Amino acid sequence: MAVIRDMIAPFELYQPAGVDDAVRLMDQYGDEGWVLAGGLDTFDWFKDRIKRPAAVIDLAAVDEIRGIAEGGDGGLDIGAMTSLTAVAEHADVQSRYPLLAEAAGLVATPQIRNQGTLGGNIVQDTRCWYYRSGWPCYRAGGNICYASTRRAMNREHCIMGADRCVAVNPSDTAPALVALDAEMVVASSSGERTYAAADFFVGPDIDIERMTVLEPGDLLTRIVLPAPREGARWYFEKIRDRKSWDFSLVTVASMLQVQGGVIQDARVVVNSIAPYPVRMGAVEAAIRGREPSEETGQMAGEIAVEGARALRHNDYKIALTRNLVKRSIRDAA
Amino acid sequence: MEFLRRALNPWGEDVPIGVSWDLIWAAVIIGAVFVVVHALMVPKKVATGEIDESEAKGLPEKLQRHTVGARGFHWSMSVTMFALLITAFFPVIGIQFPWVTIHWIAGVLLILTVIYHIYHVFAKQDFWTMWIDRRDVEEGKLGLKAALGQSDAERPRAGKYPVDQKMFHHVAMIATLGAVVTGILMMFRIDNFLLPMNTYMFSDATWGWIYVIHGVCGIGLIFLVIAHVYFAIRPEKRWMTWSMINGWIDRDRYLENHDPARWTVDGSSQTAEAEGD
Ligand SMILES: Cc1cc2nc3c(=O)[nH]c(=O)nc-3n(C[C@H](O)[C@H](O)[C@H](O)COP(=O)(O)OP(=O)(O)OC[C@H]3O[C@@H](n4cnc5c(N)ncnc54)[C@H](O)[C@@H]3O)c2cc1C
Ligand code: HEM
Ligand code: HEM
Ligand code: SF4
Repeated sequence: MAVIRDMIAPFELYQPAGVDDAVRLMDQYGDEGWVLAGGLDTFDWFKDRIKRPAAVIDLAAVDEIRGIAEGGDGGLDIGAMTSLTAVAEHADVQSRYPLLAEAAGLVATPQIRNQGTLGGNIVQDTRCWYYRSGWPCYRAGGNICYASTRRAMNREHCIMGADRCVAVNPSDTAPALVALDAEMVVASSSGERTYAAADFFVGPDIDIERMTVLEPGDLLTRIVLPAPREGARWYFEKIRDRKSWDFSLVTVASMLQVQGGVIQDARVVVNSIAPYPVRMGAVEAAIRGREPSEETGQMAGEIAVEGARALRHNDYKIALTRNLVKRSIRDAA
Repeated sequence: MEFLRRALNPWGEDVPIGVSWDLIWAAVIIGAVFVVVHALMVPKKVATGEIDESEAKGLPEKLQRHTVGARGFHWSMSVTMFALLITAFFPVIGIQFPWVTIHWIAGVLLILTVIYHIYHVFAKQDFWTMWIDRRDVEEGKLGLKAALGQSDAERPRAGKYPVDQKMFHHVAMIATLGAVVTGILMMFRIDNFLLPMNTYMFSDATWGWIYVIHGVCGIGLIFLVIAHVYFAIRPEKRWMTWSMINGWIDRDRYLENHDPARWTVDGSSQTAEAEGD
């Protein structure tokens, strides 16, 4: 579909060495500037000449936001520029946040995980191909959604959370971070702000042209994980067309706090079924106080898809979501 | 400044996709300038209190200006209009919230209100009270001269609606109908339970112009509402504003501002000719 042209349109390249410089440059260029992390989303847009920023602010040299460090209160601080491989293979992440290690390890291919960053993975744009072909749909500032018409190819699109746009959030790490109750730290010329991961993602009902709260000039600097909960069980499953590598069709991430055989607290998150990772609040409320059994899972699965609406080619996502949510409760370990 | 937002459609055609959002600010600024200039230049008309006692004979103290139905229409129109303006433009200027559903439902309520209004106007036969005729043109000219201090002649008394109010009505009507007609068509572009989605009903360019017209009418209404609310809160017009709330005006205001021959209120002159007859 998309015609990949090898020549990227010209831009000013900046390679700041610190967050302050990066933020100053981003402020200077506003919506004419583009933050470059691993480039795996970025270069698609550039090569197709669909996005043509005047300036690219390459974060490769901003070492202060790369790496994993012990955070306050027994948590972990992950710099936005940390590669997905580093996240997946880090001993602390593996032992204390296996949910995140698993999610990061299932992104694409080893090469992509080496190059791709956690920050870029969270902030990446949707993969809706109408949009990525440069068509002037709502998300591109236009007045039409090509993916929701009667003849549209929308097998990968959403079953909930639509508002004119029916694209999905493609990130594997995003649902894991929402389930882990992570915080996103954002720097801009007006200072630093922190968002709960669940509030970091934006649906098209609020802003049809963005996937996250980030506005031009905002830099995601760190992802802060709270201390792991005692005795927490987790579950992560990503369904994709090919086992080797592919974007997710439906992904579930859950964290259960089980005591005395009963669920005390839960966070159940599903991605790639809506334009943002969906935290299943109704499911969480319904399973509290119950055993993590087949029966509870079954009930949770039914609740999870209440109100879901399939497009022409994606009703399989409803069944898939129902089953994944069920498993994420029954099989959490 | 650009007037249109344009894009290349999948066939490489350059099509309009909507009106430029810069025009929102243009409408707000023009509205503000209009208000300030008017407030500074046009002196408040002090009530002379001079009325022809003979005309007052047989008239009750309070005269009905707006029926309950007319007031109901006005305020329902006002509420839906504000809802439409807020849901349409706040997200564009950065105050974001889920707007589309509230917007189209307010749009549907506005349409119902307008249908009721049209029915009411024809059923009650007060259609002609808004009509602009030669006397209105004359009234307007003299009124303008008096306002600009170029003439000592008194502005003649109006029918039920002074000519400036009639002009507001007609312009607001055109803008509202423009937004309504295009809004109904735009319902086919979004998922709603009233109309089926039919995105490809028109060509991209035609759709684009529909969005442009919707936007132009909407932005026009920003200016119109600013001007209208400004006049409603001016001190010398408050008696009229109260009438939109409680329905009546007092006899002196009536005789001072309205020509009983042009606007016959129940109980006023029995012989006066009803306007437009
Ligand atoms: C073939 C292929 C397969 C893939 N498969 C998967 C998959 O299965 N699962 C999955 O989750 N992902 C997948 N991806 C996405 C990939 O893993 C990257 O995470 C993603 O493309 C972006 O990461 P990046 O570091 O390359 O960021 P970039 O491409 O450089 O940036 C992505 C976007 O985020 C912005 N951005 C980046 N960092 C910041 C920051 N710190 N602050 C503010 N804005 C920022 C950029 O401006 C840009 O808009 C795939 C990508 C490719 C090319
Ligand atoms: C009269 C006051 C109205 C104003 C000021 C107004 C303004 C607007 C504006 C500015 C937009 C955004 C258009 C764009 O993105 O280019 C919009 C969208 C829309 N309006 Fe209105 N509108 C009005 C009335 C109506 C009515 C009466 C309806 C129909 C019942 C309606 C239905 C819609 C719909 C469905 C959209 C969304 C279209 C889309 O995003 O594709 N509007 N309106
Ligand atoms: C705070 C908001 C508003 C106030 C205080 C207000 C006040 C008034 C007043 C005082 C009148 C004249 C009544 C008379 O002639 O006796 C009037 C008439 C009118 N208004 Fe408003 N108005 C408001 C909002 C609106 C809005 C948003 C619209 C739609 C664009 C609107 C449309 C009209 C129309 C069409 C008339 C003339 C028809 C009639 O008298 O029924 N008004 N309004
Ligand atoms: S789903 Fe969203 S991104 Fe895809 S064509 Fe529709 S509006 Fe554009």
